[in-house]
Amino acid sequence: MAFNYDKYLRLEKMPTLWCWGCGDGVILKAFVRAIDKMGIDQNDVCVVSGIGCSGRFSSYIDFNTVHTTHGRTVAYATGIKLSRPDKLVVCVGGDGDALAIGGNHTIHACRRNIDMTFIVINNFIYGLTNSQTSPTTPKGMWTVSQKAGNIDPTFDACKLAIAAGASFVGREAMLDPKKLEKIFIKAMQHKGFSFVDTLSNCHINLGRKNKMVSAMENLEWIDSITMPKKKYDALTPEEQLNLLPTGILKEDTEADEYCEMYAEIQKVQQGLRKPISQDDFAKKI
Amino acid sequence: MATREVISTGNELAAIAAVDAGCRFFGGYPLTPSSEIMHEISDLLPKVGGVAIQMEDEIGGICCVIGAAMAGDRALTATSGPGMSLKAENLGLAQMAEVPLVCINVMRGGPSTGLPTRVSQGDILQSKNPSHGDYKSITLCAGSLAECYTETVRAFNLADRFMQPVIVLLDETIGHMHGKANIPTAEDVVAGIVPRKTFDGPAEEYFPYDCGPTEPATLNPMFTGYRYHFTGLHHDKNGFPTEEIETCRKLIQRLEDKVAMHEDEVESYEEFMMDDAEIMIVAYGSVSLAAKESIRHLRKEGIKAGLFRPITIWPSPAKKIKEYTDKIEKVLVVELNIGQFHSEVQRAAARLDIDGLFKVNGRALSPHEIVSKVKEL
Repeated sequence: MAFNYDKYLRLEKMPTLWCWGCGDGVILKAFVRAIDKMGIDQNDVCVVSGIGCSGRFSSYIDFNTVHTTHGRTVAYATGIKLSRPDKLVVCVGGDGDALAIGGNHTIHACRRNIDMTFIVINNFIYGLTNSQTSPTTPKGMWTVSQKAGNIDPTFDACKLAIAAGASFVGREAMLDPKKLEKIFIKAMQHKGFSFVDTLSNCHINLGRKNKMVSAMENLEWIDSITMPKKKYDALTPEEQLNLLPTGILKEDTEADEYCEMYAEIQKVQQGLRKPISQDDFAKKI
Repeated sequence: MATREVISTGNELAAIAAVDAGCRFFGGYPLTPSSEIMHEISDLLPKVGGVAIQMEDEIGGICCVIGAAMAGDRALTATSGPGMSLKAENLGLAQMAEVPLVCINVMRGGPSTGLPTRVSQGDILQSKNPSHGDYKSITLCAGSLAECYTETVRAFNLADRFMQPVIVLLDETIGHMHGKANIPTAEDVVAGIVPRKTFDGPAEEYFPYDCGPTEPATLNPMFTGYRYHFTGLHHDKNGFPTEEIETCRKLIQRLEDKVAMHEDEVESYEEFMMDDAEIMIVAYGSVSLAAKESIRHLRKEGIKAGLFRPITIWPSPAKKIKEYTDKIEKVLVVELNIGQFHSEVQRAAARLDIDGLFKVNGRALSPHEIVSKVKEL
């Protein structure tokens, strides 16, 4: 029997403002299926989004939802999670949210390893606002703010998240909804900060001047720049140069989770244990 | 009301007040001269099961506080001028989405980095409209050690009553002042807590932003079975984005009117030796302490001066100011900026001949300076 999405959607908000052929809907459906498979009550889930096309994600799904300011998604979510550590908190942001205006919050949420999931919908462009350069726009591509060609080096979101200390980092494209659903489940079940670089298409505002005017052409391009991690790892650095590995790129189940660590602070202040010292940590610097 | 005597600083009293008033979440970033609030509350909150987090920046500080308040906590952030500038956009979201929180600003010299360790009252106008757009701020200003406590408590109750951020202004002098204060007992403060209104009917009948034209939103805490949407966009009664003309107009008008039509619930001021005053001094914050001293001195010389001290700065006690300025000719506004509240007194009085004594070098105003100025009037 086909999956019935109705229970999880705010049907009165349909149709979405996303363009025909946009990948964001595929991502939204994969997220909903992931939640359903995990069997979590809708009342116990909070979805926090930022600004841009991905910012509207939260308004279409029937959970506790927050549409914040540009780039501040994980900072709002940090307050929600610390206030109610037993609830599932999921952030949805765009490449601008996560890597440009909100880059600082992303870095530090990764570093704290606070238990939440950050789904970054990465379409390589500022789509909602008409094609300005994003931190993930490939060099040499046309954007409305760099019509002579983008000269800004490109961010690898996953490398950033790994370096900053996120304990779960993965990447999938919306080309394969099943894989997307699986990685979302893995990410949300992970205890700690989980970061999923979720590649999506924007043939309207990335593709129109970069020879990908149809959704299919944009998807083929995404397919051509991605490769499963196992195959990617077997390549030489030269061969890896223009490719993004997909799948789970980092999974550390031992890292200290921030809410649990804060519970120890509460115990110290309540006289239930001695103060935390360097001896409490294997890794001291 | 029972009181207790404490020896403390203004900043520490503000932190203690927050916890007594039921605050269970603090988020912020170290910002001189407000940092002692974070130092104190980061010890106090975990003791009562609350959380204090030092975020990566000022913006993160206000954002996590809004998040915790959405989840249902009473929540606090504290900062000084540069931090207020950074928090401005998200204070706007809290106004728009009607999320109650308290933001303490311990004023230092500005603009920009200014005089980080020196006193100023330069953020009066900023505290009226920190963010872009139309809304009506509530700003309280403590004029003594005890008021660092009582105004912080009042701020939490007002935030929940009006469902919006409430700004508490201290200045560097008050924040760092160390001394004796008589403050209400924690039991009395707890007894006086009026929590935010909630809806307990069936979820399908819950519309968080469906309220009378002068009433605030009714926002149930998250995760309680009432799923709804927060947004900084113009929104309908469900909290969902809309551009419908009349809905947009009503929303913004209501953000103004929910405070404007209930100003009597917010208004607070002190009158000191005003009964027979022939000269009215207007001062607030630490400057009011110097003003009181100068008035005692002037009275000894037979000069009948009195003090009008706004405690609620925004909305300003304009009607009361006008009552006085209609009958008192000589009015002197004394403040540590170049006339930020002076312009409000002129507006309220509908007079352009209001005198001012201003100082912007980071140093406190002395009673002697005020006495000299009054004698020149």
